[in-house]
Amino acid sequence: MPVVQVEGVHKRFGAVEVLKGIDLAVEGGEVVAIIGRSGSGKSTLLRCINGLEQIQSGRIEVSGHSIDPSGKGLRELRKDVGIVFQSYNLFPHLRVGENIMLAPRIVLGVSKAEARSRAEETLAEVGLAERFDAWPDNLSGGQQQRVAIARSLAMRPKVMLFDEVTSALDPELTGEVLATMERLARHGMTMLLVTHEMGFARRVATTTVFMHQGKVWEMGPSERIFGAPETPELRQFLGGGLK
Amino acid sequence: MIRQFTQSEFLFILASARWTLLLTVMSMLLGGLLGFLVALARTSRLAPLRALAAGWIGVIQGVPVLMLLFLSYYGLALAGFDLPPLIAATVSMALYASGFLGEIWRGSIQAVPWQQWEASSALAFSRPQQYRYVILPQAMRIAIPPTVGFLVQLVKNTSIVSIIGVVELARAGNLVNNATFQPFKVFGTVAAIYFVICWPISLLARRLEGRLHARRAG
Repeated sequence: MPVVQVEGVHKRFGAVEVLKGIDLAVEGGEVVAIIGRSGSGKSTLLRCINGLEQIQSGRIEVSGHSIDPSGKGLRELRKDVGIVFQSYNLFPHLRVGENIMLAPRIVLGVSKAEARSRAEETLAEVGLAERFDAWPDNLSGGQQQRVAIARSLAMRPKVMLFDEVTSALDPELTGEVLATMERLARHGMTMLLVTHEMGFARRVATTTVFMHQGKVWEMGPSERIFGAPETPELRQFLGGGLK
Repeated sequence: MIRQFTQSEFLFILASARWTLLLTVMSMLLGGLLGFLVALARTSRLAPLRALAAGWIGVIQGVPVLMLLFLSYYGLALAGFDLPPLIAATVSMALYASGFLGEIWRGSIQAVPWQQWEASSALAFSRPQQYRYVILPQAMRIAIPPTVGFLVQLVKNTSIVSIIGVVELARAGNLVNNATFQPFKVFGTVAAIYFVICWPISLLARRLEGRLHARRAG
């Protein structure tokens, strides 16, 4: 059974329909890259998957929790779905370690010792073990983003969503964040990522989804999508994007 | 008989400053409590609560403190609640503070970037948990300078309760002046005491503000 199942999802912002009937299934351990022009609905789709955007119709199911237009059961679902944003969004009033420990402590109710060991473990996983007591403001953008990843991982999610997580970073800092994500993928994490890093999508993603005008325009194994695009829209997008 | 402005008159004025201080502290505490609820209601997801809080702030800010004072002293007396002047004064100053603090804190809560709400709700925080652990700690930092600034206004505005006969700093000055006819000495003294109370608070506000900006910049 797929970990993420999206069926007939429609989403409108006012009169503008951004998602026009999306169907998508992601199996456990799969890494799905979502590519497309800005305005194609790719970020919106990602945000719908953990209920940050409400859908008007259709159904989204993530590891047994479902979201429908009523928005019930969202908190349960969010315990299983981590999301990392373009702008990191660390809690600036808490140290790095506290940023990571907070959600496991108060949402999952784990002990302080357990939360601490989770924080140490996930920080080590993103290569920042020695920054446990640092303030977020004193970290580089790339480091902050890796802390944000660790903060999500400490909830032990079944799926991780990445929303253009390197778009706000200087080129020399994107590498460390992408390497962290690649390692997560290798360890078997189920991941959906919206990205402009085509090389990364081609190399790391098992499946790539090309979105165009609010629809899944073309999807398939990344090698096929990048190597032999079928639709003229995707060919044009890749041609423009790779110049 | 005209009295001289001697040490005993000075001490009388100085001692009456305790009522100014008590009134300030009580109305800050009670008004702060109520103002906090107003700020929470004003930022609530429930539209009727928001409207209620907006109405409260609008009315309190749109009505002179003097009217609040007359309403709680003469008004409630007519309605059968015979409040001692000090209680009526505390009630009206607390209501006044609640309107202004509610608005100051509403602004502070809304000054926390919306991404902080989003990041915490994505981590499955409940709404109360978001307030408690993420939003309010950040809003508090933003709120400290304007809150302390308001406190200075509150100290000075307590002088208005002299009208219903509470012998606080301003009223004590008035009484002494009536007996001595030395307005420059008497009210100069009164003004100096207000200044001695307010100046350190203003300094504190400025320092806190400076520190806040330094943190932001750093």
